[in-house]
Amino acid sequence: MSSTISNMPVLNIKREAELDKNFAKTIAKLAHGEQIYGCIQCGNCSSTCPLSPYMDYTPRKIIAMVKAGFREEVLTNKTIWLCASCYSCTVECPKGIKITDVMYALKREAIQNKIYPKRFTIPAMSKAFYDTVKSTGRSNEVALLMRYYMRTNIFSALSYVGVGLKLLKTGRLAIIEKQMKRKQDFKKMLKDSEN
Amino acid sequence: MKYLYYPGCSLKSSGKSYEESMLAVFKHLGIELQELNDWNCCGATNYMAINEQSAMSVTSRNLALAEEQGGSGEINLVAPCNACYMGLLKTKTYLENEQGLRDSVLQKLDSIGMKYEGRVKVRHPLDILVNDFGLDKLKMAVKKPLKDLNVVSYYGCQVVRPITAFDDASDPVYMDQIAMTLGATAVDWGMKVRCCGGSMTSTVSDVGLRLNYLLLKEAKRKKADIIITACPLCQFNLECFQDKISRKYGESVNIPVVFFPQLIGMALGLDKKELGLQRMFVQPQYL
Repeated sequence: MSSTISNMPVLNIKREAELDKNFAKTIAKLAHGEQIYGCIQCGNCSSTCPLSPYMDYTPRKIIAMVKAGFREEVLTNKTIWLCASCYSCTVECPKGIKITDVMYALKREAIQNKIYPKRFTIPAMSKAFYDTVKSTGRSNEVALLMRYYMRTNIFSALSYVGVGLKLLKTGRLAIIEKQMKRKQDFKKMLKDSEN
Repeated sequence: MKYLYYPGCSLKSSGKSYEESMLAVFKHLGIELQELNDWNCCGATNYMAINEQSAMSVTSRNLALAEEQGGSGEINLVAPCNACYMGLLKTKTYLENEQGLRDSVLQKLDSIGMKYEGRVKVRHPLDILVNDFGLDKLKMAVKKPLKDLNVVSYYGCQVVRPITAFDDASDPVYMDQIAMTLGATAVDWGMKVRCCGGSMTSTVSDVGLRLNYLLLKEAKRKKADIIITACPLCQFNLECFQDKISRKYGESVNIPVVFFPQLIGMALGLDKKELGLQRMFVQPQYL
């Protein structure tokens, strides 16, 4: 337990030696641009973000933490996974920071280093989607959700049964989908890009 | 007018009526769409979160297919789903601007005997209708003007963001203009480009449902009769979870949510079934 002032835990106080000084450089490279160094902490990103009220750290804070080198705190946090890639921050940023690309870069870095929040549903959905497309070339909602609920909580699927049945009734569920012809090529290409 | 058409996965399943209505309307207007043969998933947002190079390779295979099938010169590829549209446009733009990325993606394509030269122009049906076909011509085709119908347009994200190839990034108006051309009243509101949360209605449903609750509630407050949208995921979230949202928040948020070509089709006098209206959870009484 960290030290406390009244009941507030004092987190995020680190000595310089504990920070990862290369973190910003890594992320800038992965996120297609050096613009993060120019962040003026104006908060336009956080105010326009529809998800920021639900985040532990707002986008503005995340950028500051990346620049300062709080690698572990950023990568293990759920916040970055709440980014729905709506790009409003990217459009509103006066310094041209591709904030959505920064969030993508952080997600990938967390996955690659296996330090993403493993029990959290959003990375589980991303992985389920990735695997579904990798195996068939297209995303099938039934296959995708099966994979997703197997990875998370199979019982939580129950609350969606009503919607599922209605979709079935209105012919909006593709049970058998048309297959790709050159699926083997597609798989080969993906196998190569993962090496 | 002839275009190559990339449907994407959703237009073959939950967003089926988007495809049905768009094909019917475009055919009626004399705009020919030819489906891209052997297309694959665009990668959507999830792919980008796991492996960017894979994501861009997956997307660029579709661009390469368009060049294989679209003949010489510039090729117009129409992608109606917001996520597909943005994925294709973003990949195309990034490949143009970053040599390292381009080299590695082209190499992947080469390994399966494909190539991409950069001749594809990614287009959205809204862009085609307003800029290629023209609202004047659309107005002339209207048979049943949609009088006394209050419409709010919901663009969602990714259709005018982050790359704005048409319309406006913060205050898009194309769908409003289309609604007015059809004789309806376009109600202005502040939620046009406020994200619906995408797959969050399944993953973090408390957050996902709340985002959609706020959108539906605001549409009701503005006295809208109907919401029109251009994205299969937005439509799905806004329409299919209405019962769940009404129960959760203890108030009715019931309102029809249709794809914009369905609204056009009704004004053109097309058959309801042709427009896939029987697939909607909430039947638009007016139509």
